[in-house]
Amino acid sequence: MDFSYTILIPLIPFAVFLLLGINYNRIKPAVSGWIGSLGLFTTLGLSYYTAYQYFFVVGKVGDVYQTFTQQWRWMSFTETLYIDMGVLIDQISVMMIVVVSTISFMVHLYSRGYMKGDPGYTKFFAFLSLFTFSMMGLVLAVNLFQIYIFWELVGVSSFLLIGYYYTKPSAVAAAKKAFIVTRFADLGFLIGILIIGYYGGSYDFATLNDLEGNVITNWASTSFMGLSVITWGLLLIFMGGAGKSAMFPLHIWLPDAMEGPTPVSALIHAATMVVAGVYLVARLFPLYYFVEDGYALNLVAWVGAFSALFAAIIALTQNDIKRVLAFSTMSQIGYMMLALGVSGYYGHDGLGYMASMFHLFTHAMFKGLLFLAAGSIIHAIHSNYIQDMGGLRKYMPITHITFLIAALSIAGFPGFAGFFSKDEILVAAYEHNKLIYVIGVVVAGLTAFYMFRLYFGIFWGKDTKYEHTPHESPVSMTFPLVFLAIMSAVGGYIHFSEYVTVDHQPFEAHLNYPLAAIAVGVGLIGILLAFVFYKKPSGLPDKVSASFGLLYRWAFDKFYFDELYLFVTKEIIFKRISAPFAWFDRHIVDGTMNLIGNSTVAGSEKIKKIQSGRMQDYAFAFIAGAVVLAMIFIYKWII
Amino acid sequence: MIQGISIYEILTLTSIIFFIGVYGFLTRKNLITMLLSIELILNASAINFVVINTYLFPDLLQGVFFSVFIVAVAAAETALAVAIVINLYKLITSVEVKDTEVMKY
Repeated sequence: MDFSYTILIPLIPFAVFLLLGINYNRIKPAVSGWIGSLGLFTTLGLSYYTAYQYFFVVGKVGDVYQTFTQQWRWMSFTETLYIDMGVLIDQISVMMIVVVSTISFMVHLYSRGYMKGDPGYTKFFAFLSLFTFSMMGLVLAVNLFQIYIFWELVGVSSFLLIGYYYTKPSAVAAAKKAFIVTRFADLGFLIGILIIGYYGGSYDFATLNDLEGNVITNWASTSFMGLSVITWGLLLIFMGGAGKSAMFPLHIWLPDAMEGPTPVSALIHAATMVVAGVYLVARLFPLYYFVEDGYALNLVAWVGAFSALFAAIIALTQNDIKRVLAFSTMSQIGYMMLALGVSGYYGHDGLGYMASMFHLFTHAMFKGLLFLAAGSIIHAIHSNYIQDMGGLRKYMPITHITFLIAALSIAGFPGFAGFFSKDEILVAAYEHNKLIYVIGVVVAGLTAFYMFRLYFGIFWGKDTKYEHTPHESPVSMTFPLVFLAIMSAVGGYIHFSEYVTVDHQPFEAHLNYPLAAIAVGVGLIGILLAFVFYKKPSGLPDKVSASFGLLYRWAFDKFYFDELYLFVTKEIIFKRISAPFAWFDRHIVDGTMNLIGNSTVAGSEKIKKIQSGRMQDYAFAFIAGAVVLAMIFIYKWII
Repeated sequence: MIQGISIYEILTLTSIIFFIGVYGFLTRKNLITMLLSIELILNASAINFVVINTYLFPDLLQGVFFSVFIVAVAAAETALAVAIVINLYKLITSVEVKDTEVMKY
């Protein structure tokens, strides 16, 4: 089967980007919205066609899913050192193109309503297309270098879109912060790629992931500080993934990234770009699993579990709905990382891997929906804060229902998409490590609580008096909400274990009823607590937060991580390290150069009088010189 | 050689003309007279070419032709130089050498 047409999936958005980007002040906003959406619609159609072809027609030979690659030599240095570009079609990449194109198309439709009247309308759609192009390229990458190139491109488009309201200083600062933090993480990624390439001998995923290949069988050949160099490479690559996916030490950019327009938050900072780190680990999963008996994978699990808990606790205390959702995203991505970390390889042991991809899929749907619904609310009442909201169910019925579905889904309410994927993750964690399982259950409860805190706070609670009566958003915005709500409700009934597995062979996954009952019970307790606290305005939440005292304050200020980073960069790196370097550069390096320059100037100032400007002086010097030379010649050779 | 006149006498004459030219070029204050001095230098060397050609290779004519070239080049050069001098005069109403120092450093 020839899958080379899939190259069009990234190229169409790229063409749209060029078209809109070059003509951004010539194309009318209404037209550019249509061009962007139509381009994406084509991509969507191609992606669905590819998925259909892969999963139902040609992908499965016997009982094993095949991997198809189409690649072209891009840079050829020597016979053995070259970089290819191409498309890689396998289970997770096909699943990802479906997710990315679906969410991206919905966000395009939604933005036509949300961004109406914005002066940079065309520019916005151009950036959205650029992002979709980069994300598709990342997903379909055939080797580490290609994934790295597109990795940076999604970083750039994220930067452009966070800083979209570039007249707001906070948006500019957030854009820079996101870019610098992820760039810093990508430094680790690049070093990791080079280590893997140098010691593994290849950048191609196919070669690296080969179970009989050089890397997996030979990882122990070189070691550094007690660990195999391949493990170091994998840890550094995970650092890049953690930066992009806002995992614990590198998470600080994600909450600030909410300065961007809400559709951007839905597309980039909830559904697609931030799961790139999960995708990267999944892409290299055989390496993570087999090298050094999963040392790096174990770290992935713990970082994921810790991030999930950490972010969920912060999310309890925040009052800006987009920030709550941002921390929720971080927490859910932690879940996916955790699931990857506890996964095995063969057959049913690969449940964690499957669950992670499943959760990625359902999370994209319900978290995209939550953000879009939040955008619809913000659009209606022009505020991000829960305190300004309340009783909105009367004014915005569609937003209300869709938000409720998404909240039930993320809380793991039985029957909704999140329930199935979360249950698989918890089963995988239970089989692997009980402590991680307990963290997972606690996070599930916290998630249910903070989501329903939002829900009751926004749609029930006190009857806020609004200056302008809020009204439901236009159809262009409610249609994506309804579509994603349907996906969030029924997405869980897809039998993911038949499509996405780590060893390419489908297996049967069943609900584990006792474990599911525990998770659901905890989730219901969270919902119930939120109901008691926030259904009607009461002093209860304030009392409880006061009883936590310092701990509440600590979580409310995000555990002071921003301040910690500021302290480390400003006080330690800038003052103690950079300042002496700057002094050295300014005084020693520049000083030497200035000395040379200045002494030349001073010297020439002294001797410039020789240049009298009178031609006869020069002629005299010339003739005198000629005469002297003539005399020397005569003296030497003639006399 | 011309009857009754030896090559030494002619070379002495051209040397005298040449150094008169050099002296004039170095000491005159007026651009036009400097130009005249250059003409003297060129003429002295043109005569040298003819004389030495006749002395060494009486049946060849390269030196003679070369002197014709020198005369042609000198004419062109004079035309150019006079044009420059005239323009200079329009600009600063002077043809004195000391007034043309404005381009120095």
